[in-house]
Amino acid sequence: MVSQAKELNWILATDCGSTTTKAILIAKKGDLYRLIVRGEAPTTVEAPFEDVTRGVLNAIMEAEELAGRRLLDGERIITPATEKEGVDLYVSTSSAGGGLQMMVTGVVRSMTGESAERAALGAGAIVMDIIASNDGRLPHQKIRRIRDLRPDMILLSGGIDGGAVTHVVELAEIIAAADPKARLGAGYELPIIYAGNKDARTEVEARLGDKAALVITDNIRPVMERENLMPARHEIHNQFMEHVMKHAPGYQKLMDWTDPNPIKPTPAAVGDMVQEAARRDKIQVIGVDIGGATTDVFSYFQDVFVRTVSANLGMSYSISNVLAEAKLENILRWIPFDIDEGDLRNRIKNKMIRPTTIPQALEELLIEQAISREALRLAFEQHKNLAVGLKGVQKERTISDTFDQTGSGESLISLGALDLLVGSGGVLSHAPRRVQSALMMLDAFLPEGITELAVDSIFMMPQLGVLADAPEQDPRGELRRKAAIDVFYNDCLVRLGTAVAPVGAGKEGARCLKATLVLPGGRSETHEVPYGAVKRIDLAAGEVAESILEPAGGVDVGAGKGKSLKTNLKGGVVGVILDCRGRQPFGLPKESQERIRKLVEWCESLDVYPPEFSRTVAGPSGIGR
Amino acid sequence: MAHAYTPGLRVTERAKIAKVRRLPLKGQVVVKLGDVVTAETVVARTELPGNVQPVKAASILGVHQQDLRELMLKKEGDRVEKDEIFATNKSFFGLFKSHCHSPVQGTIESISDVTGQVIIREPPIPVEVDAYIDGTITEVVPDEGVVVECEGAFLQGIFGVGGETVGLLQVATKGPDEELTEGHIRPEHRGKVIVGGSLVRIPALRKAVEAGVKAIVVGGLDDQDLRALLGYDLGVAITGTETIGCTVVITEGFGAMTMARRTFDLLRSQEGQKVSVNGATQIRAGVMRPEIVIPLAGSKSLRPAESLSEGLTVGSQIRVIRMPHFGRLGVVRDLPPELQKLETEALVRVLRVRFESGEEAVLPRANVEMIES
Repeated sequence: MVSQAKELNWILATDCGSTTTKAILIAKKGDLYRLIVRGEAPTTVEAPFEDVTRGVLNAIMEAEELAGRRLLDGERIITPATEKEGVDLYVSTSSAGGGLQMMVTGVVRSMTGESAERAALGAGAIVMDIIASNDGRLPHQKIRRIRDLRPDMILLSGGIDGGAVTHVVELAEIIAAADPKARLGAGYELPIIYAGNKDARTEVEARLGDKAALVITDNIRPVMERENLMPARHEIHNQFMEHVMKHAPGYQKLMDWTDPNPIKPTPAAVGDMVQEAARRDKIQVIGVDIGGATTDVFSYFQDVFVRTVSANLGMSYSISNVLAEAKLENILRWIPFDIDEGDLRNRIKNKMIRPTTIPQALEELLIEQAISREALRLAFEQHKNLAVGLKGVQKERTISDTFDQTGSGESLISLGALDLLVGSGGVLSHAPRRVQSALMMLDAFLPEGITELAVDSIFMMPQLGVLADAPEQDPRGELRRKAAIDVFYNDCLVRLGTAVAPVGAGKEGARCLKATLVLPGGRSETHEVPYGAVKRIDLAAGEVAESILEPAGGVDVGAGKGKSLKTNLKGGVVGVILDCRGRQPFGLPKESQERIRKLVEWCESLDVYPPEFSRTVAGPSGIGR
Repeated sequence: MAHAYTPGLRVTERAKIAKVRRLPLKGQVVVKLGDVVTAETVVARTELPGNVQPVKAASILGVHQQDLRELMLKKEGDRVEKDEIFATNKSFFGLFKSHCHSPVQGTIESISDVTGQVIIREPPIPVEVDAYIDGTITEVVPDEGVVVECEGAFLQGIFGVGGETVGLLQVATKGPDEELTEGHIRPEHRGKVIVGGSLVRIPALRKAVEAGVKAIVVGGLDDQDLRALLGYDLGVAITGTETIGCTVVITEGFGAMTMARRTFDLLRSQEGQKVSVNGATQIRAGVMRPEIVIPLAGSKSLRPAESLSEGLTVGSQIRVIRMPHFGRLGVVRDLPPELQKLETEALVRVLRVRFESGEEAVLPRANVEMIES
């Protein structure tokens, strides 16, 4: 156990991912907390090690070597920190072994089923299936499905307090009949959290009490008009620590090391970090983390945080599933040269079976970045489907989820109101040129009006999220949040710049936007961009340009159609992108050669690829411009 | 630092091969330590709990849930036959009767006075686990399973579909670069594991299934043909449960790919031997590759087939696993420590390789795999 130091000058945080364990070392420098080093090592949950702490120690040792500061005394993290060694705080997140996999239930799929899904996703889980009374499956099919899935945990919900108990008890009977077993370790009972109609608690307990580790908490939908997700989310985290983590190899030791700070599921910690930053700056945020197997999308709009995970959309293990879901023509539309369908299919499958390989030739990079656009687009579509108000009612949420919303099932996401779009994951964080990340995010999310773009440089958000989430008894809570925010803005986020995307469409070539920017130093520049074109203006990170944006009659940059907007545009490593390719609709030419011509034009305007690009697209398989 | 290369697929002429054969639930192990078994020998068996069938009995009988129990002709734990009446209701002075029939044979598991459901559990489902390889039982885990060991050749493929199967090995093409076509598939291949060269297409696959071929081992396969074979686009590489009539193992990758000479020669040298093949592939944490096991008689000093790689060094034999140069074999000439810029402008760790032709190239370390023995 790491003792609780009173000061907070040195912080160590780890994230145990499926394949890599990452350690970051943070130190207080003057008034600011800054990242000192980052170490990494393969995760050691599986054979032959079967002890997560081996990978954690290896990652810490690398950080130790890089920082030239002793952090370990044998297998003990040195605490509290002195001038020369140790840390004041150690925290960790984990998604090793596939993360937290849950199954949820609800009586009506689009009501309590959806609330349960939001509760589980918000807690950082992957939702394997939603069993609902009206999901169209026969009882024996549901029972078979529960048996086959072997989740880490089940969230059983259904019904409003005081309503009929029959349906939710029927769901409990179905689960009891399936007699599900936990995924990890046959030697412990599967946790089931009951968060449904409170009048059915006795009946549910009678059916499941001796078959599972049943925990009862407040109804996630006490009345139709209100969702109450936090008690269920807290209970999911408790059970994650109590049952799932304790049975994963080596985690008991890791829990002792982080005590009294709980180990958080990685996505839950990322969500905490997104919320912390959004609340602090009063901004609307979308974050996306595109991994090899899954893509997580987080949003914070109207004070409501929503997370979704697209379990089979990713850039290596799941790359073939992007093809299956997006369909070939949607991937092909982003590739700026002709390619044979069979060849593309084989290349995608070869990446799937050898997921650690990287693009060496430029055309391979172009193909991967085309696929990433579709993976991001599909993940965002799935997110928008869940980021909606309660269906059929006027609603409010409580605790941190409180909000009032008129309408029913309306999307919470407003691309026009989006202030900051943050991308992370290999294809975005490690793109050879940052402008490639900016263009991938623009193409996939199609932000409207003025939106700042950023990437997470080395994916530190999980560690920062768990750092910010201090237990109530920790007197250093405020310092922890400050440390997380300091590092988030100064070391984690790479600000790419700002995109200006007028909404509407016009005749190709006609003037769409006139932008006058007063650059640092007082120099003024005016840029005119026609419909169907993009333009990049250099403006460094930390710089701001006072700007007047004058859209053409039929388009809107945020002040109304044809109305000028005076605003400050923030710079970044890419600068300002004036994107006049159209929104609502954004359209790529249908005809293949014309489409390729436009893609090439945009890439060249923004200087997206090296000079080799022109040769690639004009080569033997190219378009011969 | 993490190794920036893909550990190679094993292609070993002779190794000690151990296979864990475990029941999905606790049951009975039916062999003893030291028993000599064949691939077909059942080593353990158990019974999975039967499926359950809920019946909305109260609703069928038209009664309130709380009255259901009084109308039951059977109680919890009682056995019922298929179509047997297990609950009856009389109404209108006994003139009309309604009955609940059991949809399956089984036992009454529960009667609910809240939902009005009766749950009937079907008889247990027997499950047997066989030895999968010819060998000797070297470990018995009571009630759970055994470890079977043999000595022999062991080859891993890169991807497969279809589950475990056993047959005699037969090479069907002249060389590793020849496509396995319909013309190569003959009636005498029934029950055999056949080896092709660079590619197999859908007409040959279909003919092999018709001919009763147990498994095909080949260098490459087009994704379009895989889709045609499965009937759907394979999204995630978790395979082994497909019922396509024939297990398929590819050794190199998707597309036409000459089978590595060493792999082809090893398979050819064992023609006629009994082999065990499993197409199951799982490319996630806990990676599982398809395999071909060829148990051989005799004994030598051997190391286990699953021994860990020592890593990439100058002189290591490698295979390129990504375009350009995909599939080419070579020897590592240099491992420069500094990062180098690729055509894509990415800065990565690289190696210099000399191909069999004598030509040299610089490649990302992530894009080669070691050829281990």
